[in-house]
Amino acid sequence: MTANSEIDMPAQTAGITHSEVTSVEPAIAVNNLNIYYDKFLAVRDVTIEIAPRSITALIGPSGCGKSTFLRSLNRMHEVIPKAHVEGVVQLNGEDIYRPDVDPVTVRRRIGMVFQRPNPFPTMSIYENVLAGMRLNANRLSKPDADEIVEHSLTGANLWGEVKDRLDNPGSSLSGGQQQRLCIARAIAVEPEVLLMDEPCSALDPISTMAIEALMEQLKDQFTIVIVTHNMQQAARVSERTAFFNIDGPGQPGHIVEMDLTEKMFSNPQEKATSDYVTGRFG
Amino acid sequence: MSQPVAQEKINKAPTSVPDRLFSSLSRASAVTILLVLSGVAFFLTIVGWSGMFGDIEGMSGSDNFLEYVGPLVFGTVYSATLALLIATPLAFAVALFISHYAPRRLAQTLGYVVDLLAAIPSVVFGIWGITVVAPLMSKNVYPWANDNLSFIPFFSGTASTSGRTMLTAGMVLAMMILPIITAISREVFLQTPRLHEEASLALGATKWEMIRQAVVPYGRSGVISGAMLGLGRALGETMAVAIILSPSDGYFWSILTNQNSNTIASNIALKFPEAYGLDVNRLIATGLVLFLLSFGVNMLARRVANSGFSGAAG
Repeated sequence: MTANSEIDMPAQTAGITHSEVTSVEPAIAVNNLNIYYDKFLAVRDVTIEIAPRSITALIGPSGCGKSTFLRSLNRMHEVIPKAHVEGVVQLNGEDIYRPDVDPVTVRRRIGMVFQRPNPFPTMSIYENVLAGMRLNANRLSKPDADEIVEHSLTGANLWGEVKDRLDNPGSSLSGGQQQRLCIARAIAVEPEVLLMDEPCSALDPISTMAIEALMEQLKDQFTIVIVTHNMQQAARVSERTAFFNIDGPGQPGHIVEMDLTEKMFSNPQEKATSDYVTGRFG
Repeated sequence: MSQPVAQEKINKAPTSVPDRLFSSLSRASAVTILLVLSGVAFFLTIVGWSGMFGDIEGMSGSDNFLEYVGPLVFGTVYSATLALLIATPLAFAVALFISHYAPRRLAQTLGYVVDLLAAIPSVVFGIWGITVVAPLMSKNVYPWANDNLSFIPFFSGTASTSGRTMLTAGMVLAMMILPIITAISREVFLQTPRLHEEASLALGATKWEMIRQAVVPYGRSGVISGAMLGLGRALGETMAVAIILSPSDGYFWSILTNQNSNTIASNIALKFPEAYGLDVNRLIATGLVLFLLSFGVNMLARRVANSGFSGAAG
């Protein structure tokens, strides 16, 4: 890792070390976000900005709330009964938690890829890619549908492997291919942001490399936020890294530090961060 | 090092007395079931044989067996199909409501109430049908349907004033098979992997879209096998039909009139007490036909169920 010349102006904000260089408008701006499961405060007081068309990694020990935080970014969090948040999450300047905002429209703008590949088992590869498009009630013409399928599968580096068997069930693919199919499904609706919740943790190293290479391409078009347990992965793929931690069992998770990835792994501001990235705990 | 020992223990036949006792007991039970089943089939065939191929002169009416059993098979299948057509959409909706819409407590209560329906004796259903459903329908619904829908053959004919019609029988049968279809559908809907539901929601599906995209395809074969089991029950249902239906000889498509094909089970129940001679054999032969019919439906249901919850296996 080479030191980057543009990272020498740390700025302090609201209690957390937060040296961030964003000349452009953030894609997502989170302000004082508290996330609850019923009465239990799971994540407290997160304030970060996520830069557009780049990869932001969320790292931290198990149970520190990074997945919970990720799911709050597209309001998937509230799928769990009684789960709710306080605070502001802005997507390109719009508060997605405003009372009159339908979570359904938020999720159409912010796609998600899950830990375990989850193509719809009853659908063909072709129909899996179109699953999101089919939800937008208006009918797709066959040529349009074909084009979206090819475009999305190409975008997910899967077209070459499946173009001759688009009618096979999605579950006939290998785990890594299934995950790329899920990415194709997510990008088919052309979201603004792509959230990835440990997308490689169920995959072998070769498939993991394929997904990482794919993320590298996708960031030209999409804002990507990835949760990962794998610090090497965070170091390899992301521009910025946020470190989440937890003070103890039953305590809310919180963000310790967020910075450019090189800095986080070479010269973090907080001791907890350096302990974690050097493998001293977690 | 404990593994080889454990393996050996598993491979060895049980040696202790309770072990052997239990294993022979369970084996005996299994054999008993097979014996009872084949015994019933054997009895039906032997006794029914002369009812099928015996001297027609010795029986009331002069039809041959096929002409005799034909309308009964028709009535049996017709009433059961009606019941299925009414019960399946209802069960589907109730199951979905319980599994995905109702708040926890309501869902539990409702599930319990639906299961309770299964505990009501069929004779009670029959009495309810003849005293409540039949008058209610014949006063309020049947005349209207008869007036306005009689261009559809099912609603033609002279509407019954007593309400003892095929439609009433079908509705009561539907109530009786509702619990089993609901229970099985509810279980498969609840088993839909969270992963698939979330995949759909994350694509921006509304709740109903999510259900259509993830839950229904996953549960489809479960609903079908539940419906098949319900059909099996409806085919064999006796008392409710015997009480409600006003039967006639022959094939009748209309569901609003007093002329209805009887069902096999109800026909046996009504005629057996007064039957003698070869008529008894003939009734038993119709029982064999019903046995085979139910058997076939159950096999079909088993096959659908084993073909996997389409989603899970896929």
